[in-house]
Amino acid sequence: MKIAVCVKQVPEGTRRIDPETKRLDRSGEGALNPFDANAVEEALRLKDTGGEGEIVLVSMGPAKAQDALRKALAMGADRAVLVSDDGAAGADLVATSAVLAKALERESADLILFGQQANDSDGAVLWAAVADRLRLPVVSQAAEVTHADGKLTVKRQTEFGYDVIEAPLPAVIAVSDAINEPRYPSLKGIMGAKSKPQETVLLADLGLDGLASRTEVYALNDPPARGDSQKIEDDGNAAQAVLDFLAEKRLV
Amino acid sequence: MSTLVFLEHHGDELLKSSLAVLSKAATLGDGDLAGVVAGSNVRGLADEAGKFGAGKVYVAEDAQLEAPLPQPRVDVLAGLVRDKGIDTVLFANSVLAADVAAGLAARVDAGVNWDLVDLVSEDGKLVGKRPALQDSVYVDVGWTSEPRIALFRSGSFDPSATGGSAELEDVQVSLEDFSTTARMIDQAHEESEGPSIEDANVIVAGGRGLGGPENFTLVEELAKALGGAVGATRAVVDAGWYPYATQVGQTGKTVSPKLYIACGVSGAIQHKVGMQSSGVIVAINKDPNAPIFEFSDLGVVGDVHEVVPKLTELVRARKGS
Amino acid sequence: MRPADYLPPFDPRDHIGAPTDPEDERIEVGVLIVGAGPAGLACAIRLGQLLESAPEVRERLGEVPVAVLEKGKQPGSHLLSGAVVNPRALRRLFKGRKRIDELPFYGPVEHESVYFLTPRRALRIPTPPTMKNEGNVVASLSQLGRWLAEQAEESGAMILPETAAVKLLAADGRVRGVRTGDKGRGREGQELGNFEPGADLVARVTVLAEGTQGHLTGVALNRFGLAGENPQVWALGVKEVWKVARPLNRVIHTMGWPLRAAAKYREFGGSFIYPMGEDMVTLGMVVGLDYRDVELSVHDLLQELKTHPLVRKLLEGGERVAWGAKTIPEGGFLSLPKRLHAPGLLICGDGAGLVNVPALKGIHYAIESGSLAAEAAFAALQRGQTPSTPGALAVYDDALRQSFVWKDLQEVRNMRQAFGRGFWLGGALAGAMTATKGHFPPGNTRTERDVDQELIRTDRAQSYPAPDGTLTFDRLSSVFASGNKTRDDQPNHIVIRRDVPPELARMWERMCPAQVYEAAGDGVTVTPSNCVQCGAITAKGGRLTPPEGGSGPEYTLT
Repeated sequence: MKIAVCVKQVPEGTRRIDPETKRLDRSGEGALNPFDANAVEEALRLKDTGGEGEIVLVSMGPAKAQDALRKALAMGADRAVLVSDDGAAGADLVATSAVLAKALERESADLILFGQQANDSDGAVLWAAVADRLRLPVVSQAAEVTHADGKLTVKRQTEFGYDVIEAPLPAVIAVSDAINEPRYPSLKGIMGAKSKPQETVLLADLGLDGLASRTEVYALNDPPARGDSQKIEDDGNAAQAVLDFLAEKRLV
Repeated sequence: MSTLVFLEHHGDELLKSSLAVLSKAATLGDGDLAGVVAGSNVRGLADEAGKFGAGKVYVAEDAQLEAPLPQPRVDVLAGLVRDKGIDTVLFANSVLAADVAAGLAARVDAGVNWDLVDLVSEDGKLVGKRPALQDSVYVDVGWTSEPRIALFRSGSFDPSATGGSAELEDVQVSLEDFSTTARMIDQAHEESEGPSIEDANVIVAGGRGLGGPENFTLVEELAKALGGAVGATRAVVDAGWYPYATQVGQTGKTVSPKLYIACGVSGAIQHKVGMQSSGVIVAINKDPNAPIFEFSDLGVVGDVHEVVPKLTELVRARKGS
Repeated sequence: MRPADYLPPFDPRDHIGAPTDPEDERIEVGVLIVGAGPAGLACAIRLGQLLESAPEVRERLGEVPVAVLEKGKQPGSHLLSGAVVNPRALRRLFKGRKRIDELPFYGPVEHESVYFLTPRRALRIPTPPTMKNEGNVVASLSQLGRWLAEQAEESGAMILPETAAVKLLAADGRVRGVRTGDKGRGREGQELGNFEPGADLVARVTVLAEGTQGHLTGVALNRFGLAGENPQVWALGVKEVWKVARPLNRVIHTMGWPLRAAAKYREFGGSFIYPMGEDMVTLGMVVGLDYRDVELSVHDLLQELKTHPLVRKLLEGGERVAWGAKTIPEGGFLSLPKRLHAPGLLICGDGAGLVNVPALKGIHYAIESGSLAAEAAFAALQRGQTPSTPGALAVYDDALRQSFVWKDLQEVRNMRQAFGRGFWLGGALAGAMTATKGHFPPGNTRTERDVDQELIRTDRAQSYPAPDGTLTFDRLSSVFASGNKTRDDQPNHIVIRRDVPPELARMWERMCPAQVYEAAGDGVTVTPSNCVQCGAITAKGGRLTPPEGGSGPEYTLT
C-alpha cells in the first residue's frame, strides 16, 4: 500500500506575528508539526502490519522545511516531496489545498493521511478541501484505523462519541492526536534520513501558474480585555456568590 | 448579502451552536438569511430555524444524508451556492461542520476563515475576528472574493430567539459518486461517563492547595455536579495525586472550556498557558497573592475545603429544581 | 554541616563499560564528538578542514567521518554565556575562509566600565587589567553555537540533536565510543508505548566537549585517573536578556553589592551587563558556589541587582525576553586535570575547566582546545596509528601546553583562590598577581571543594524583592522564559539524597535557579522537569546526569 502523509513545518519556540505581513513569523527555527507526527506514526504502523509499501511525505513550505521532513524520514518514511516556491508564500487554505492536491495526484497514493491540525493555527481542516479536489472519500478525527481488503474501518471521534465509518481505498484520513503515540526516531533512523530521497518541486512542475488566496488579513489587535475581574473574600457566603456569578453568565 | 447558515442537528434537535450562528447572522442586518438542514426526516427541524432569524430554510432530505457525514452535505451546499446566488456561508464549528466548510471551499473556490469569534460589517466589507497565538492576539480577517465561508468557534454567540417563521423550500438532492463511498457503520452513542477533558465545556481543576490526594474528591464532586471533567496541575500529577492524562498546562493538555474552576491552583505560567483561553475562569485559593487571581474573572480568597463542597451543594440544588 | 556529609549515591563506574549491543547493531562513526558547543563544533569544523585535503584519511573514517551529539533540542538550546568573546581562536579556525565580520556578533566592545556597587550607589573603579576587553566582541553564545553548527555541517559533520550520551564505552583500557540515552521511559523507569532504547555508538576517537559539569567527562576523569591535585570549583551564573528602550553603549561589570565582602560568607562574584545591538541588553549575576549562606539565591540576587538605580534605569521601558542559568568552572589552572587525553579519548572546553576567571573568558579556549583536539586526532589517524593506543593522542596535551590557553591560565592561576580570603584581601592579592604576571605570590594556593564549605544561615533572604512581573520575576516564570518544556513523565535525572537535614534542603532550594528542589517534611522534593541543567547541584552535594535527549531549556538569545 502506498501512503502519502501531508506534513508541515511550524515555527519552533516563541511564536510571533510579523507586524508587516501580519502573518506568523516563520523566519526562526522550524519543527515538524507535532500533530503530523501522529499521521506519520499511523502510516508506519499500517505499513508494519501490511508488511510492505511506501510512505511518501508531501509538504509545502520554504526551503528549510526540509528539516521538518527529515525528522519524519528519520521516523521511517521513505521519501519526501517538498513544494517550495516563492509564489506559494502566504497561501491560504483554498490555495494550499490546490497545491497539495496536485502534488498528491502525482503520487497516486492508496491512502492520504493528515494530522489533526497545525499547531501554528494555519492549515486546519485542509484534508476535506484536498479530498474534494481529488474526489476521494474523507474521514476526519480518526482515533483508530484498520485496513483490510482495500477498505478502511475508521473510528471517528466527535462531540457525541465515536462513529465507526467504512471507506474504500483510495481515501483521505485525518488522524486525531489520540490515535497513537509517535515513536522516537532511532539513532540509525536519524542518521539514515539524510540519504533518503528528498525532492523539491516548483508550482510550475505541478502545472500551476501561481496561486490566488481568497482570504486576507487586515490587522492585528490586542485581545479584548477579559472584562472586570472580581476578587472576593470568603466570609461563609463565597459559594453563593460564585453560584450567582455562574447563573448570571448562564453557565449553570 | 445573501447568507446561508448550515444548521447541524443531532437526534431530533438543531444544535444550539448552529442556532447561535443563525442569531448572529440575523444581526448583520441587510440581505437574505437562509438556513439549510440536511438529513432524513428533518423537515420538522426547519420551524425552529425561523424563530432564530432565518427567512427561509432549505430542506435537503435523502436517505443518503441520514448519517452525519460531510461530503454529501458539501454537494447540497455547493448546489445552493451555485443556484441561489448565495455569497456567504456560515458554520458553527464541529467535527462535521469543519469538514463540510473546507470541502465546500474547495468545491466553489471560496476563501474560508475559521476559528472566528465575531463577524462584523466594516466599510462595506465583512470582517471576521479570530484569536491567534493562544489567544494572545486578535486578527482581523476578510475575504477577497465571493462566496465567503466562515467557521465560528463554538460558544462565540448565544442563540436568541426573535420569533418569526421561515419559508421552507425543498432541495433536489444530487450527490457526486465519490461523496457516498464512505459509509456509517455504527453511529455514536451518548457517552455514559463524563466528557473527556478535551471536549468538556466545564473543567474543575485541582492544585496543590487541595492539600492532599484524598481531597480530589471535592473536585470530582463539583465536576460531576456541573457535568464537567476533572483537571490537574503539574505539581499534583508529579506528586502522584492524579493521573497525567488530566494534566492541564504547557506540558500537559491545552483546554478552552466555557468554564474553568481552579481549586487550590496557584496559576504559575506553565499552567496558565494551558487554560488561559477558557471562557470564564473562577479561582479559589487561600493565598491572596496567587498569580491566578491576575487572570481569573472571579477570584475567591478562601479555603477550598469550605467553599467547594458548599458550591457543589448549591449547584446540585439548582439543577435539581 | 557541609553538603559533603550527604553526598549522592552516584558511582561513576556505573556509567562506563563495554558495548552491550551486538556488533552488527553498533553504529560506527569516524570521530565522535559529544557536545555541540563551541569546543565540539570547533573540533568538527577543524576536522572537516583537515579531511578536505586528506581524502584517504576521510575514506578510512567510513560513512560518517565526523558525528556531533547534542543533548539539547538543537545546537544552541543549551548554550549560555555573557558573552564578551576574544575572537583570537575563531580567527585561527576560519583563517582564509571567513572574515571576523561574517560571524554572528553584536559588535566590538567600544567602551567599558567597572563599578563597585553599594545598595544605592555605583562607584566607578578603574578596569582591572585582566578585564580589559579591547579587541573583543559581544556575542550570544546560543546564536554563535547555531552558526557554528551550520559551518560544521557544511564542512561535512553530521549533527545529531536530542541525543544524550549517557555511558562511556570503554574496554581494555581504551575508549570505544558512547552509549546514547533511552527515550520513552516513564517516571518509574518503565518503558512507555513509544520506548526507543539508546544505541552503542563506536568511534576511532571520542572527543568529550560536554561543557560545564560534563557527565561523561567526570566519569572519564575518574576512570583514567586524570584528575589534577586540586578539585574543581564552580560559580553559578543566572542571566536575562532584555529588549530595551535606549541602547547601552558600553560593557559593564560590577562587584560589591549585592554580594557581601566579609570572608566568612565566601561570596565571590559580580555582575555583567552587555549591550546586544541597539535594542537588547543582557545582564547576569555570577557567584562562586563556595558560598556558605543557606539563604543565598543567585536567582534572587539578580532580581535584587535590577532594583539598583544604575540597572533599573537601563531596563526602564524594556521587557525581559529570555532567561537562563549555567555553572562556570572556576578552579582555573590549578584545577585542571593532569592530562586531557586517554587512549581513544580527548577532553576539551569547559568540561576540562579551561576558563580564565579574572577575565571571565572561556569561549576562545573552548574553540582553541577543540581545534587542537581535531589536529591531534587527525595526526593520529593520518599516521595510520590506532588512536586508542596509549600515547597516540598525547600530542593534544603537548599542543595545549604550548598554546596561549596554557599561558593565560597559568598567569592567573591563584586569583580565584585568593578571593577565598574575602573581597578586599583577595582584590589586593589579585592586583599583585596581575602586576607580576603570576609570579607573586609564588606557589599554588590549595583549592577547597564547594561541598566542603560549612553552611551558615543568615537573614539574607529578607531583602529579596517580591516578583512584580515587570522588573522582577519568580523562578517558574523564569523557567518558562528559558523555553523549557521538558516532558514530565520521565525518570528523575538528578541523583541526590532525599533524607537530608532542613538546612541542606533549604540550601538546595535557594541555590537552584529553576525551582527544582523544595524543602519538605523530612527532606527534599525534586521537580526534575524544571531543570535547566545548569549543573549547580553537582557542585553542592547532588549529581546532574543527562535527562532524555531534547529535554531542558531551548535557549536562543543567551
